[in-house]
Amino acid sequence: MAKIRTHLMVCGGTGCISSGADTLITELENILVQKGYDKEVKVVKTGCFGFCGQGPIVKVHPDNVFYVQVQASDAKDIIEEHVIKGRHVDRLLYVEPIENLKMDLHRDMPFYKKQLRIALRNCGMIDPENISEYIAFRGYEALANVLSMPREDAVKVVKDSGLRGRGGGGFSTGMKWELTMRSPGDQKYIICNADEGDPGAFMDRSILEGDPHSVLEAMAIGGYIIGATKGIIYIRAEYPLAIHRLEVAIGQAREFGLLGKDLFGSGFDFDIEIKLGAGAFVCGEETALIHSVEGKRGEPTKKPPFPSEAGYLNKPTCVNNVETYANIAPIFLNGAEWFSSIGTEKSKGTKVFALAGKVNNVGLVEVPMGTTLREIIYEIGGGIQNGKAFKAVQTGGPSGGVITTADLDTPIDYDSLKAIGSMMGSGGMIVMDEDNCMVDIAKFYLDFTKDESCGKCTPCRVGTKRMLEILERITEGHGTAEDLDNLQALAYMIKDSALCGLGQTAPNPVLSTMKYFREEYENHVFNKRCATGSCKALAKYSIIADKCIGCTACARVCPVNCISGKVKEVHVIDQEKCISCGACFNACKFSAVLKP
Amino acid sequence: MAIKSLEDLKRIREESQKKVNLRETGESTDDIVELMVGMATCGIAAGARETLSALLDETEKQGLTNIRIVQVGCLGYCHSEPTVQVNLPGHEPIIFGKVDDKRAREIVTRYVLHNEMLEDSVVINTFVKA
Amino acid sequence: MAKALAQIPTVSVKDLPKELFDQLDGYIQTLEDKKGSLIHVLHRAQHLFGYLPKEVMLFVARRLDIPAANVFGVVSFYSFFTTNPVGEHVVSVCMGTACFVRGADKILHEFKAKLGISTGETTPDMLFTLKDVRCVGACGLAPIVLVGDKVYGRVKLDEVDGIINAYVVKNFGKEQ
Repeated sequence: MAKIRTHLMVCGGTGCISSGADTLITELENILVQKGYDKEVKVVKTGCFGFCGQGPIVKVHPDNVFYVQVQASDAKDIIEEHVIKGRHVDRLLYVEPIENLKMDLHRDMPFYKKQLRIALRNCGMIDPENISEYIAFRGYEALANVLSMPREDAVKVVKDSGLRGRGGGGFSTGMKWELTMRSPGDQKYIICNADEGDPGAFMDRSILEGDPHSVLEAMAIGGYIIGATKGIIYIRAEYPLAIHRLEVAIGQAREFGLLGKDLFGSGFDFDIEIKLGAGAFVCGEETALIHSVEGKRGEPTKKPPFPSEAGYLNKPTCVNNVETYANIAPIFLNGAEWFSSIGTEKSKGTKVFALAGKVNNVGLVEVPMGTTLREIIYEIGGGIQNGKAFKAVQTGGPSGGVITTADLDTPIDYDSLKAIGSMMGSGGMIVMDEDNCMVDIAKFYLDFTKDESCGKCTPCRVGTKRMLEILERITEGHGTAEDLDNLQALAYMIKDSALCGLGQTAPNPVLSTMKYFREEYENHVFNKRCATGSCKALAKYSIIADKCIGCTACARVCPVNCISGKVKEVHVIDQEKCISCGACFNACKFSAVLKP
Repeated sequence: MAIKSLEDLKRIREESQKKVNLRETGESTDDIVELMVGMATCGIAAGARETLSALLDETEKQGLTNIRIVQVGCLGYCHSEPTVQVNLPGHEPIIFGKVDDKRAREIVTRYVLHNEMLEDSVVINTFVKA
Repeated sequence: MAKALAQIPTVSVKDLPKELFDQLDGYIQTLEDKKGSLIHVLHRAQHLFGYLPKEVMLFVARRLDIPAANVFGVVSFYSFFTTNPVGEHVVSVCMGTACFVRGADKILHEFKAKLGISTGETTPDMLFTLKDVRCVGACGLAPIVLVGDKVYGRVKLDEVDGIINAYVVKNFGKEQ
């Protein structure tokens, strides 16, 4: 087989195909054959580049040159100029809108700079079970440097960087460290919160599985600064692989003398142990987490005293989340100024989001603070699946809210998300399309918080249950106007009176869906209709007699056999038996099934 | 081999430096080809173990000795799991997505051996790292 | 998920193997901070016995010198611990948000209907236990179903039968 010298990689994502990538591919191939280059140059159709707005796209490998909006008529120039003569086709290069610069090398393109990986820098790039690969990427250099600095100087670096807690609250990490540092105590502790409880967020797990040493190193740095010789990683038992990789990493770090006695000959001792959680969302709250680490029920307690004064075993304790730790070493290696140059005025650096739901490119993305949701969903995420319409995106998990089309262009950071009724949370980002019912989503979250309420305080224990009951009534078609008022009143009551963050934020999904999708609630209550068909009691499918040709396709896919009718005769759905699964709707090729 | 100073650390780093260059830019003086398989929970759930064993099996069948297979964490491309990044010396690293048993073998027989790209399988790296 | 009290029955357990208690005791002996390790001990106990019956909770309480009420308090607090025996195959339907918006509730409904049990319950032949779990963390494959450790991704309604049958066949050699 001849050796292929160049590949023309054409994006074969849905967006590019619809803008003519297929004809472009045929044209490129034809010209290559004509010119006799088809043995050494090959056209390849690739997966989505996630840059659908500029399609069709051609990338030349290995030259790393990137052409956008390439039409079939441009194929000739690409081959004659670039492939044969080695000259870039200037007019097809991506023009950066602001500076009017033509970008050819793909790694220089600003679009691809939308993702900037600090916390995820090594994920997928190193063998997590081999410490020397972490060291090759400047691992443990930050620790070595910090250990030769006075603690006051080191904590100032973290403060000046502007890093805020990535677990959701957004409290300044440097401040937290300083408070614990100044707190008197013979023994102090530094804890890593790896009890990722937000359903739909998995960035912490990815960091622990992909780059465990970055967390260990940061904990040692934090330990040195606050004066703790012992670190504890509190991790969900549901993450067996992450636990395994952490155990391997801790073992190797001890072997290399990077954990244990007298690190880097500085006289500082530090070691880490793993404590398992057992599944309780409330343990994300730091006082609850500390109790769980002590082996007790993970119930929160009132603050003050703050953990920085009296935490684990009543000693000064600092709790930070995995992603927060993953940012520490780069801050010391590149400087506080570098870190604070990224992001917005009050939220510095990047944030990792777990982009999931009805989006084409489900995945983990890390973007500078201040990136807009539109950029994340449409450019990095490649838009909505199956060409459906975007409805809302939910951030902040069970403590957050929904964001609608109106706010897609809001630059996101801790404060802007709060202002539009959601929150950063741990970074779950669930995209919803026209088929998702907002009342149903609110019910889903309430069901979650009701289950996860620890039961210690009444507003949360009883209040979330009552709110859920109201939502159940509404989705089952028994809702009244009074229910809507009560739901809102109850929501504010719980916000005002619950003991911890879980209860105080539990009503957020309801309040935010009521604010932006009030008409959907009203449709459920007054018209007893759920437009998306999600609420089973309200949704019924039916067959339009005029359109049905009697092909039996619907009857064959119906899982409960509730569709009757003979071949070539109009079919009928038994409304009593119908479970509204929608299988008949998808099976019908004649648009004869009416979706509720 | 306890590390007791920054100099100790730097010495270990230098020993591991070649791998880094190969992964980032494809620059290498060695003739080693790296196959990096995304082996986080999500990758494994999507079948990365089967991918890994197919790669091992195929490289052995082809009698290749200059291949290093590395298990790595998650690249974040959940939509294309399992993923395999191939670092051929002198080439920009390429990420392949949705690599099942068949694709894994094709990566070895077609891309590694003949530098032939695989239709529909290339995932484009969409980030810069700090 | 927190469990309702009604779900915690008084199972009569007569023949819990002594070796397992010995193994658990051996593990407890290795611990330095016994009281602080309650959750770890319970993890080990559940790993050994498959669940945490009253006798095991009492045993742990005595060995760690903790009131049995505290042990029960911890067991009932965390969703990972179960006081009911579980079937041979645990079917876990992920109910994380990403799976939910892609129809996990319908999948769960289908499993309930096909197995004839509700979540947290076990079939009378002790073959299947059905659970809803919070986010497995493989959202790219949503909706997800786990049977034991085996992951089924992008599960469709009409695949539920096949998934169940695969395990029935495994155990009985023929389809039911």
